[in-house]
Amino acid sequence: MNVQSLGRTALGFIQYLGELSVLFSETCVSVASAPIRWKLFVRQVLEVGFRSQLVVIVTGGFTGAVFAYQTYLQFHKVGMDSAVGAVVAVSMFRELGPVLTGLMVAGRVGAAIAAEIGTMKVTEQIDALRSLGVHPIDYLVVPRTLALLLSMPLLVAESCALGILASIFVGTKVLDISEAYFISTMVKFAGGSDISMAMIKGFVFAMIVVFVACHQGLNTKNGAVGVGRAPTEAVVISSLLILVINFFLSFALNIIYPVGR
Amino acid sequence: MISVRNLHKTLGTQHVLRGVQLEIRRGETCVVLGRSGCGKSVLLKHFIGLLKPSSGQVLVDNEDIGALHERQLGAIRKKVGILFQSGALFDSMTVEENIAFPLREAGVRDRREISDRVAEALEMVDLAGEQAKMPENLSGGMRKRVGLARTIVSRPACILYDEPTTGLDPIATDSINHLIRRLQKRLQVTSVVVTHDMKTAFHTADRIIFLHEGRVYFEGTPDALHASADPVLQDFVEGRSGESD
Repeated sequence: MNVQSLGRTALGFIQYLGELSVLFSETCVSVASAPIRWKLFVRQVLEVGFRSQLVVIVTGGFTGAVFAYQTYLQFHKVGMDSAVGAVVAVSMFRELGPVLTGLMVAGRVGAAIAAEIGTMKVTEQIDALRSLGVHPIDYLVVPRTLALLLSMPLLVAESCALGILASIFVGTKVLDISEAYFISTMVKFAGGSDISMAMIKGFVFAMIVVFVACHQGLNTKNGAVGVGRAPTEAVVISSLLILVINFFLSFALNIIYPVGR
Repeated sequence: MISVRNLHKTLGTQHVLRGVQLEIRRGETCVVLGRSGCGKSVLLKHFIGLLKPSSGQVLVDNEDIGALHERQLGAIRKKVGILFQSGALFDSMTVEENIAFPLREAGVRDRREISDRVAEALEMVDLAGEQAKMPENLSGGMRKRVGLARTIVSRPACILYDEPTTGLDPIATDSINHLIRRLQKRLQVTSVVVTHDMKTAFHTADRIIFLHEGRVYFEGTPDALHASADPVLQDFVEGRSGESD
């Protein structure tokens, strides 16, 4: 890759971030100035929150179970079986729960949002909205944003809870670790700071998923090909952003919420 | 009602409109003709603020709408309605919900009133009793009629038609042409019809504007267009491409 194309890529990325920022600011203006469409909001909570539960529960549950098993295999060698619960709980709250939920929601909800808005864009339905005096941000972006901001932290909590319950089951019933030790170390090392971190990450990842997906949808071009491309790009971009931003967010949040406090 | 002054529009690298000057008078039906890709639909979308001029002015009732922000265009869009080429119906809503949409957005909450006004709008476009259908179950012509019902339900002062007969069979085309005329008489609206269909143009127009190479090339009555000896106009009216087998 030569310097020119590297420069073009960097400029394109900066422009993309700029467009996301404009969408974010327009959404804030809409929330502050236009009436919120509560009916659409409730419909979106059902669609993006309620209907995402199964995938999030299965992901969280099996991740917690397998993570408990793998941790046990290592910890058993040094006689630290009872620490398995604490490691699983802290990891679920701080990293696995929010990140895996973010990725699953990006796949399920982000793709659906981009496809729906993208289809509306290429079939002139968004122009129709505008021609009827309805701002697309008010009608399409705000209800989805508010719904995901409400739903995502709850989904993260659900995922973490199922992961921890699954690890308790695997640890105490399958691997035969003492239930009292398992749970007492878990409660001792995992606390409010870990839960706060999970919620904050859930909130941030919700913003990434919804703004990337809405941006892709609103900028869909080239008919059916564009509609096919929009959800794919929404999922890829939001997944990558979740993984990259999670890294920096972990460092930043660890200053505010150090492990074990 | 609508004045366009030295309008230029560039889309990507293409300079589509190159200094368009025109006036749409209150109460008339003005047809904008031109070859595919000459910028007719682009011009029409400027009349309602869906596109912003690269330079020049579009005035609706003496207000420069090019200078208005999206949120300030609401008042203009109450005066000017548009029928999109595809109908642009909301595909997750029934016919009734589509037509009721502008009423609900305008704050009408009385169910009886909404239902009556939807029924009246459907009756005007000859689709009485089709309230419960979904857009996917409608033919192309029916979609355009429902789109038109959605446009007229809030009684705009001006209706813009973007290629109202494109993709329709000759009988459906004739029916839409009559509908445009009938609505113009019944509602006393100003109408702007963008088309490349000569039958639609001659049937509906009080005045015809011909766009060529991004500018207004001809402006006059249908009879004047018919009588013109200009080769560009004659080729278009007669449908001659100048190619031979």
